[in-house]
Amino acid sequence: MATKVVMEALSPTMEEGRLVKWLKNEGDQIKNGETLAEVETDKAIMELVARGEGVLRKRLLNENDAAPVGQLIAVIAPPDENIDALVSSAGSAAAAPAAPAAPAAASAGATQEKVASGAPPAPPPARPAAPPAPSAAPSGNGGGRMRSSPLARRMASENGLDLQGVQGSGPGGRIIKRDIEAAVASGSAKQQPTAGRFVPAGEDYRDAPLTQIRKTIARRLSESIGPIPTFYLTAEFDMERVAEMRAAMAAMGDEFKVSFNDIVLKAVATALAQHPEVNAHWLGDKIRYFNRVHLGMAVAIEDGLITPVIFDADQKRMSEISRESRELAKRARERKLKPEEYTGSTFSVSNLGMFGIDQFTAIINPPEVGILAVGALEEKPVVVDGALAHRKRMRVTMSCDHRVVDGALGARFLQTLRRLIENPLMLVY
Amino acid sequence: MSVITYRDALNQALREEMHRDDRVFIMGEEVAVYQGAYKVSKGLLQEFGEMRVVDTPITELGFAGVGVGAAMVGLRPIIEFMTWNFALLAIDQVVNSAAKMLYMSGGQYNMPMVFRGPNGAALQLSAQHSQAWESWLAHIPGLKVVAPGTPYDAKGLLKSAIRDDNPVIVLEGEMLYNTKGEVPENEEVIVPLGKAELKREGEHASIITHGKMVLAALQAADQLGKQGINVDVVDLRTIRPMDVDAITTSVRKTNRAVVLEEGWEICGVGAQVVDYIQRDCFDDLDAPVVRVHQADVPMPYAKNLERAAKPDAAKAIAAVKKVMYLE
Repeated sequence: MATKVVMEALSPTMEEGRLVKWLKNEGDQIKNGETLAEVETDKAIMELVARGEGVLRKRLLNENDAAPVGQLIAVIAPPDENIDALVSSAGSAAAAPAAPAAPAAASAGATQEKVASGAPPAPPPARPAAPPAPSAAPSGNGGGRMRSSPLARRMASENGLDLQGVQGSGPGGRIIKRDIEAAVASGSAKQQPTAGRFVPAGEDYRDAPLTQIRKTIARRLSESIGPIPTFYLTAEFDMERVAEMRAAMAAMGDEFKVSFNDIVLKAVATALAQHPEVNAHWLGDKIRYFNRVHLGMAVAIEDGLITPVIFDADQKRMSEISRESRELAKRARERKLKPEEYTGSTFSVSNLGMFGIDQFTAIINPPEVGILAVGALEEKPVVVDGALAHRKRMRVTMSCDHRVVDGALGARFLQTLRRLIENPLMLVY
Repeated sequence: MSVITYRDALNQALREEMHRDDRVFIMGEEVAVYQGAYKVSKGLLQEFGEMRVVDTPITELGFAGVGVGAAMVGLRPIIEFMTWNFALLAIDQVVNSAAKMLYMSGGQYNMPMVFRGPNGAALQLSAQHSQAWESWLAHIPGLKVVAPGTPYDAKGLLKSAIRDDNPVIVLEGEMLYNTKGEVPENEEVIVPLGKAELKREGEHASIITHGKMVLAALQAADQLGKQGINVDVVDLRTIRPMDVDAITTSVRKTNRAVVLEEGWEICGVGAQVVDYIQRDCFDDLDAPVVRVHQADVPMPYAKNLERAAKPDAAKAIAAVKKVMYLE
């Protein structure tokens, strides 16, 4: 009995995957659950595991090539089974939205026989015959109802796991906690950065293929700059008091150290709570104003950027924001963020101050309606009370979606932000 | 800390509360001269006299009603039923008088009284004398129902019951009276009504139980522990009002629940526990909740059949393995 290996949806938003590396060669003996390949999704590099056993007879996708979710990319079968029909159907099958990873028409008897002959024994010895896999109904979307425990469904959604790809070991094929744990373990165990992505193609230049995350960024951002009527408001804030506060806190001990960015995040969150009209999503036919402030913070990672979210940021103390932003940034760079950690923001902040950028404009992350671009803190000559003085200054630029935020509204928001940052004691008010 | 029997723990509670408050008195069949059918009231007649330790005729409805009247005029009666099987004759006073008086008098009459006695099966007492009544009693708004499983809880809950201004049902057990446990000697032992206790801690499954079945649950936990399976044993202690938080906290942790009770399945206390679980822990469940209870038959007299009909540690173990998908 042959098992089709298809490109699986390994992230909630994945539409296609790039095959980074085959870990098995044609002719290798494959056990159920063994890792076949590494696949780059739009978010991370994940493992694709075998959903059946036999010999890896045919690989249908080359390394570095991409395939849409659902496309047949390999065939596992007994050494003597004729798989010509399967292989030749590969092209046309790609379009069919068949339930991924369903062993084709496994009869209960055959499955049982398979388990009996040579497969590693399943942990509970008296377990009934392997459950009928969700069958791929001819109509496409699968006629057999997949069973799973409520807990398993919750865990799957927390881990961004598609239940379709999980084999249930409970009664009647019910997917239970241990199945999710196994799937999560096998998915993340060997997650590693891809080496040698750049292929030298000449002497004076080199071509870099588009990574999935690059494609996603391109699609999302051009979507943004195109249809969104954006305007920009720039202001320069006096940072003397923030600097004093920060120094005073740091003097109390290492555990009280916060970064300038932490203070800016806290101030933005506080200002947003006072200006819910900026804390909104443009939804095409309506504007959604949020009562809670979920602050996105752009983090540069190896080959792109991602915007993890500090939820309910206005409710959090500076120490919590500081700890959380550090932790999120770290895990973003390790590509370990869970999907729910980088979705749901209501407003974003991007800070390039650490790169010495004085001022810049950031691109709105739709459906949000604003983003604040934060520049570097600099000592500058300024006129204070008619006399020249040197002060620490910082420039911020807010990009506003004019469909929701008008000039005066954005200006009022920046006024509030200025009041908070120039008088940081207001943050405890 | 001294180790005493469940019987002596109850006796201490009665004695201490009768000393503490002279409105407290005990009444029932054989409680005085005979020192209690199960010797729970041993020594009380000698210590407190016949005005406060009162023998009654075999008239459950009558003396339960006298107790209700006494509570209405400010005393704090403890009505002992020789067993809850006999208390069926008094159920009208319990349900229609004691449980309703505060409500129907518009708050004029508190009902600070206790109905207590052994509940459930002992050994080979046959169908009429081997019944667990907690679901009947816990069904009634206006009653509180406790079912201690250990000497400590017996003492602490009986004392709380006596001090409560509402009618409280205390469900003891013939098979529990001789069991022993630690009860501190020189300090007040009070177990608040409505608070469960985690008697054993584990991560793989929760056994939720009360009364006599606490012992079966602990035995099951010990045996499962030897197989590397660690369970929470949640002893409800009070059946009404039930400590829902204790149940849901445990189930959220373990994701699997077994509900163990002495009585029958249909409309049992366990059905209510399962309802709380499905309502509050739906997304935490990895398996359907399994109930362990008496077989749905009148209790057989024959020893082998009685054993087959009763819930026990072995049945609890099988249930735990079932919710863990290990069978």
